[in-house]
Amino acid sequence: MKIGVCAKVTPHADARIKIAADGSGIDTAGEKLVISDYDEVAVEQAIRTKEALGGEVVAFSVGNKDDDKVLRAGCLALGADKAVLMHNSRADALDVATLLANAIREAGCEIVFTGKTTTDDGTAQVGAMIAELLGWPQVSAVTELSIDGTTFTATRAMDAGLMQVVQGTLPAVITCEDGLNTPRYAKLPDIMKAKKKPLDITDVATAGGARSTMGAFAPPPARPAGRIIAGDPATAAKELAKLLREEAKVL
Amino acid sequence: MSGILVLAEHAGGSFKPVTVELLGKASALAAQLGTTVSAAVLGDAPAATLGGFGASKVFQAAGDFSTYDTGAYVDALQAVLAASGADMLLVAHTYAARDALPRLVARLGTAMASDCNELKLVGGKLVGRRGMFAGRAEADITLAASPAIASVRAGSFPKAESTGATAPVEAVAWTATTPTVKVLETLAPKTTGVDLGTADKVIAGGRSLKSKELFDEVIRGFASSIGAGVAASRAATDAGYADHAEQVGQTGQIVNPQLYIAAGISGAIQHIAGMRASKVIVAVNKDADAPIFEYATYGIVGDLFEVMPALQKEIAALG
Repeated sequence: MKIGVCAKVTPHADARIKIAADGSGIDTAGEKLVISDYDEVAVEQAIRTKEALGGEVVAFSVGNKDDDKVLRAGCLALGADKAVLMHNSRADALDVATLLANAIREAGCEIVFTGKTTTDDGTAQVGAMIAELLGWPQVSAVTELSIDGTTFTATRAMDAGLMQVVQGTLPAVITCEDGLNTPRYAKLPDIMKAKKKPLDITDVATAGGARSTMGAFAPPPARPAGRIIAGDPATAAKELAKLLREEAKVL
Repeated sequence: MSGILVLAEHAGGSFKPVTVELLGKASALAAQLGTTVSAAVLGDAPAATLGGFGASKVFQAAGDFSTYDTGAYVDALQAVLAASGADMLLVAHTYAARDALPRLVARLGTAMASDCNELKLVGGKLVGRRGMFAGRAEADITLAASPAIASVRAGSFPKAESTGATAPVEAVAWTATTPTVKVLETLAPKTTGVDLGTADKVIAGGRSLKSKELFDEVIRGFASSIGAGVAASRAATDAGYADHAEQVGQTGQIVNPQLYIAAGISGAIQHIAGMRASKVIVAVNKDADAPIFEYATYGIVGDLFEVMPALQKEIAALG
């Protein structure tokens, strides 16, 4: 089976971010780059699917030209066979989805995995958009998956702890939730071998900001200074209950 | 094409508070634009009553939407949006807004600002403000394409009382065309049943609760006495004190209730990312240097096993 995985290269989840003084953007230069958390789960699931059913894993990414090192370490060294890096830094969610969908169609994938969202912008739009553009069904935020022939059964995590078990027919897009699997680490010999695996880098054009633009970047609003309520537990609790009712008006 | 369409969320025959919030905000935006607000209802709900919250007309798609289906949501919403003629669509940031709505955005060749906590108009264009990098930064997304689509986090706007007015309801026909999956089974939440994403009050416990039994007694007991949602830190869910679905934080649920009480939670950035937008934060922790106190509106430095039962008793005594 031809298995696709869409993985974004982002700063690591705890990266320090510098916001430009004029609010024009966010600078994460110097912070370690990784495969976005949920996309790591997607890469693992793609490789497990290959191990169970045979075939080939192709990793697709839209990002910066120098993301190739991370794609080698985070996809090829783990078991993906090939990577396609499309370079475009101005793309919006639909641009990214369009580039990925076209590449997936060209590669002839029968199933595509991606993370349910990313740890940077976190728009959580691209996976479902790819499915729409390909005319495939998708299942978002999947915590369990089994594949039998062209039929798949998935459990999806919805709002407020609600889960659904769903069944569909391949081809399909699966977006991965935490807990679907535990991603593996690369072994040294595999890191060496990954250097010889094919990784195509292409420059791609997009509409580039025609549909939406981002600006006014800023840290989140500071919270007003709080107050420590002193006294023994009973006294402090009584005072707090009164403040919640009379001052904060939330009870 | 003009006007603002609000997708109304409903369950069990009544509309969710977030819908009242969105209709209120849409009314304010529509007044600035000199246009009108309409509402979209998928399935069976008392559609006409949305007039009391600012909808001048309601477009209702018939069908059974009680079991969520990606395809039905996309197709029905597309039909309703077309019937309304609106050029702006506001929805709550639910699972459907992540699962189905991007399909509609791609189909219409437009853009969406997701999980916004504020909406405004600049030069007649809809601008959504949203967090990124786990809440460590915010940015404005200006939507230039039409229709402009935004999903909004519950609790972002005030809720008005109904004026009692009713709105005319127009039935909208729709056809299922989107490839979808079949729902075999719906598994009820293992949680208290109060939807964390839209709860007014949330009580959260951390690893310091020591055991599942104590978590149940101190956190769940308190929460059920005031109708609050139950939340937990990642450390507490990993330790098995609470269900995975109850985890609040960067990799769990994002909440913004009126009141968030954090007991025995140190305040790792991972957890703060999920609750920093709460209106009032109460921290109860033994460690006076715990980072949670930097975010707290009110803090009590003390043993949670003494403070929480005392607080539960005092709140009950308020009546």
